[in-house]
Amino acid sequence: MGLGSDMYRQQILDHYKNPRNYGEMEDPDYTHVGENPSCGDTIRMDVRLADDGETIEYVTFTGDGCAISMASASMLSERLSGMTLDELKAMETEEITEMLGVDISPMRVKCAVLGRQVAQDGAKIHLGEMDLDRTKTEE
Amino acid sequence: MGVQEQSPFDVDALRDDFPILERKVGGDVTVPGEGPGDDTPLVYLDNGATTQKPNQVIDAIADYYREYNANVHRGIHQLSQEASVAYEEAHDRVAEFIGAEGREEVVFTKNTTEAMNLVAYAWGLEELGPDDSVVLTQMEHHSALVTWQQIGKRTGADVRFIEVEDDGTLDMDHAAECIDDSTKMVSVVHVSNTLGTINPVAELAEMAHDHDAYLFADGAQSVPTRPVDVGELGVDFLAFSGHKMCGPTGIGVLYGKEHLLDAMQPYLYGGDMIRRVSFEDATWEDLPWKFEAGTPNIAQGIGLTAAIDYLEEIGMENVQAHEDRLAEYAYDRLTEFDDVTIYGPPGDERGGLVAFNLDSVHAHDLSSILNDFGVAVRAGDHCTQPLHDEMGANSSARASFYVYNTTDEIDALVDAVDEARQLFA
Repeated sequence: MGLGSDMYRQQILDHYKNPRNYGEMEDPDYTHVGENPSCGDTIRMDVRLADDGETIEYVTFTGDGCAISMASASMLSERLSGMTLDELKAMETEEITEMLGVDISPMRVKCAVLGRQVAQDGAKIHLGEMDLDRTKTEE
Repeated sequence: MGVQEQSPFDVDALRDDFPILERKVGGDVTVPGEGPGDDTPLVYLDNGATTQKPNQVIDAIADYYREYNANVHRGIHQLSQEASVAYEEAHDRVAEFIGAEGREEVVFTKNTTEAMNLVAYAWGLEELGPDDSVVLTQMEHHSALVTWQQIGKRTGADVRFIEVEDDGTLDMDHAAECIDDSTKMVSVVHVSNTLGTINPVAELAEMAHDHDAYLFADGAQSVPTRPVDVGELGVDFLAFSGHKMCGPTGIGVLYGKEHLLDAMQPYLYGGDMIRRVSFEDATWEDLPWKFEAGTPNIAQGIGLTAAIDYLEEIGMENVQAHEDRLAEYAYDRLTEFDDVTIYGPPGDERGGLVAFNLDSVHAHDLSSILNDFGVAVRAGDHCTQPLHDEMGANSSARASFYVYNTTDEIDALVDAVDEARQLFA
């Protein structure tokens, strides 16, 4: 195809250029913010729950960062609706890389999982299982 | 005035000294036949982070381990004598290289950062108080910035930052305001690792001395790339790292004027730095050993000597001319594009590095894509987060050059940047 990275397939670029569910929510059940201190990427996620208090109804996000972190958050915002908080908390890194559909180089995995980490930490704080102001991802 | 036609030395011949430059890389590309494969030549443009090593340095280190490996200053036996002489003479070689009076003024540390911490702890904690100030610049590396910030918090000393102008140079009027009679130390980066700015260290040293303050120059990016003479610059302290100048990791240098080092208490205690020990007290070895507690990085000190020999064979004036040429060429090529933002002074007024951003592509994405074309650059904040805040960017890509780089490699960089541009278009 003559283009550069395998990591930047059309789907990633599409979500980066046209992020889904982008924006801040009026009255979310929980909001959480996180960053990658090593590169300065930040993501905020707003989550609204269904009446059962367990099922995720709708997710929006805002952020500033690289194509991998932004596209991952965009895809995740779609993926999360309909999932339960327990399912979100159990979400492994492999699920994120499968969702992205490309090989993520080791140095960039932390970009790919930032959105998931923010959503998970937010869920734990909402459930009273964690006390944290701001998520900071490491390697 | 255009870019010099040629490097002052034979770069192609010199490249043969660096075995790693023959390496091929594959980047992230995993599908054969799609894009560059695993036979992409390495274009190494991350020399501001660390340089590659020539055979001469690799061999010097291997020879020590193969032929005369022993601890220093301990044994009477022949190997220990040989190792001790080589390690001690490494200090003499460094002293000669930077124009210091002698080995008494040359302390080996692990790196530039440790050299700064040594002075910050051994001098700063003792000498600074709430009425004093330390003056830095906004373009300091975290190694100086964080260190003096913490010493400031502990001692109550005011930490001031000389502002950087829009063109990437220091606001010298502001420098004159910052440096006053409360100032005890001015700590300034000689060549900025982010902006490429060459700071007027000699002038700042005079300003510091007018107020009885000392000047500490961070030479991490300058000593490897240009002639640096501590006497000509008038600095009181200078720090740099071996691994950014063809030497191994694990060896850094603190230069300090002898009377200043002499007046300072040790920073680390233990073996090798003592003269006489009783259960009640201890006395210290002479300089520089007073500051080199424990078994030092012997092989690395010997490797640094080989690196200095290698660079002096080229000639530091020639190294600088080569760096200037590449910086100007890279600056000219990258400014061909409206969507590229370059930080710092013009091409003919900077050290051999260019930090930049492409409008449509985040620096980390850019670096990933460049990697697929074999081009290694640094992406991130380059340990200057507050400066990046001032620049209005949370990261940038940085290409930094050394003696083995060519204008063809800069063309490869520019071509790869264009690929990234197209991919994100």
